[in-house]
Amino acid sequence: MARLLIVDDSNVIRSRIERIYEGDSNVIIAGKASNGHEAVEFVNTERPDIVTMDLTMPEMDGIACITEIMAIDDSIKILVVSALSDKATGIQALSKGARGFLCKPFTDVELRGALEKLNMSKTRGDK
Amino acid sequence: MNEEFVNVFVEGMMRYLGHLPDVSAVVGTPYLMDTDDPVHYDITGIIGISGERKGCVYFTAPRVFLSHLLATQGETDLSDDNLLDLSGEIANTIAGNARSDFGKNFQISVPLVVEGLPTGVHLPAGVRSFAIPISWRNYTPLLVVALEQKN
Repeated sequence: MARLLIVDDSNVIRSRIERIYEGDSNVIIAGKASNGHEAVEFVNTERPDIVTMDLTMPEMDGIACITEIMAIDDSIKILVVSALSDKATGIQALSKGARGFLCKPFTDVELRGALEKLNMSKTRGDK
Repeated sequence: MNEEFVNVFVEGMMRYLGHLPDVSAVVGTPYLMDTDDPVHYDITGIIGISGERKGCVYFTAPRVFLSHLLATQGETDLSDDNLLDLSGEIANTIAGNARSDFGKNFQISVPLVVEGLPTGVHLPAGVRSFAIPISWRNYTPLLVVALEQKN
């Protein structure tokens, strides 16, 4: 079972992702954060397995947050979920340690597929 | 302002709606809008544009339309906070689509979401502003594109 942290400044998106995994036996919602600071604080104490990460957020944006999370524990798998769909943003997020990128808007099936793929990916350092 | 340019914003809007279950929206016929008296509904998401062209793009919708969209996603909290939030997500998608299409020659701002239209907002002087109605069920929110002509 994977423990998921949802990071997004939109309450609508956080609730939607939570609903998608309601009653799911493979993914449980470990926590929700509305900005990068809250996410880093959560990761420091709770160590989720996987994270969905928005990029445009107040206080600390997604790119800075990915960098901080990777410094705490680089085995945490991060899926960027953002409306910023240009190639440069994607490359920047991946170079900081994110493992995948899903463009908003997304369907339930697309999110499930992307998170399943992320969850099955090897942890950093695995051969 | 050419049709292709306007279409980038319309595509962003339709991309958002196209991902929702049971939402099959139709793009209506664009019309020129009076820039001194911009049309707006209850909630508006505004994106500022600078760089090669300057101006703004906004999406304005009645509360009832946004409530219905939230409900189609299974959301039961139809509070104003969530309606503003949804409007921001739509504007973000429109902005993201434009960033991806236009590249570095355009700077697209983070969307600003407000109730109505901020007092004193004036569309860029001397530009042709297009209002594009988007129809879904009995609702017709508007996408407004107000940008300088390319020299």
